[in-house]
Amino acid sequence: MMALSKKMLEQEPSEIEVLLPWHAAGTLNARDARRVEEALARDPDLAGQYAAIRGEYEETIHLNESLGAPSARAMQKLFAAIDAEPARTPAAPSLSSRISTFFASLSPRTLAWSASVGAIALLLQAGIIGAVLMKSETSTFQTASLSMNEPITRELGAASAGPAHALVRFTPDARVADITALLDSYQAAIVDGAKGGMFRLQFNKAMNQDELTSLLGRMQREKIVNLAVAAP
Amino acid sequence: MSVTQAASDEVLIARIAQGDRLAMQVLYGRHHVRVYRFGLRLVRDEQVAEDLISEVFLDVWRQAGKFEGRSAVSTWLLAITRFKALSALRRRKDLELDEEAANAIQDQSDDPETAVQKKDTSEALRECLTALSPEHREIVDLVYYHEKSVEEVAEIVGIPENTVKTRLFYARKKLAELLKAAGVERGWP
Repeated sequence: MMALSKKMLEQEPSEIEVLLPWHAAGTLNARDARRVEEALARDPDLAGQYAAIRGEYEETIHLNESLGAPSARAMQKLFAAIDAEPARTPAAPSLSSRISTFFASLSPRTLAWSASVGAIALLLQAGIIGAVLMKSETSTFQTASLSMNEPITRELGAASAGPAHALVRFTPDARVADITALLDSYQAAIVDGAKGGMFRLQFNKAMNQDELTSLLGRMQREKIVNLAVAAP
Repeated sequence: MSVTQAASDEVLIARIAQGDRLAMQVLYGRHHVRVYRFGLRLVRDEQVAEDLISEVFLDVWRQAGKFEGRSAVSTWLLAITRFKALSALRRRKDLELDEEAANAIQDQSDDPETAVQKKDTSEALRECLTALSPEHREIVDLVYYHEKSVEEVAEIVGIPENTVKTRLFYARKKLAELLKAAGVERGWP
């Protein structure tokens, strides 16, 4: 490293001391930020060093801001180079890309709601699957033991009814990841939204009124869901 | 960076991967100044820095399909910029730099002694920040100006997280020495 390293190594910094610059920049995680705050409160030397760091932080920003910006030549050169690139055949966007694009097309508030909707949908899926399985077991037993003329699989019977739909409103702080997880677990997809803050979900299975009501009841209790109601 | 901004950057990259020129313009408009400044602080030549950003964003155009979203787009951009800047430095015959040498060389044009004459502490501090070695300048800029976390700096520079922390500590010690030589006492170390 540098000539002064040997001398420096004689004075190893503490674990908290090395985190001070990131604390000044506000890029520490909550746990480390709390540890640094506590150390600053009880150690005046550390607090003195932190004051020096804040000065460095401020002047580094001033220094960088004084560097100006590139001329338009850089952009012209870039796009001339891009134009000279061989034409590219657009590949079909992946499912994740399409989901990202869909959410990105929404406003920030809607995006937050979308995240909540996704999370709710996931819960709906889980509920639907659970309800369907429970019902399936019952039907199978009845068919075998009582020789009833019911369909062997409930899916065949339910398929004729078409997929169920619901309208869901997410909480404003719902995250996209939560919504996506919810959609996955409920095997649902957002098919329309957001009108009046409500997203229309479509489940990939049909279900009767009782099943849908039960499912939506569970969804309604989700932290990221404000409202979940059946839709035609 | 906000979640919304990060999501938007990722979407832009996905669109760029499909050959969307407009998405490229938006991404360029959003990040080119910071990329330029980071590059300029490394190569110290405005012309070279401008060439650098064209190369960086052309790489983005070509490689967008390979971006996996494991880091923020801005972090990816700075990592490309650093790589390009070091390559540009190596190409300069008069310096003949490899990364190790670049780390050890002090910029002779930024003599900290000149700051002795300056009574203004802020100005002296900026002089001494400029006089740091490339290795130290880089990490100071990434943390303070580009607001990168320990993990992100480690990814950009390609060193372990613990090394990131100690490198910045020693950069700050060096800065304190330069300031002291310039007649500025800050009470640390």
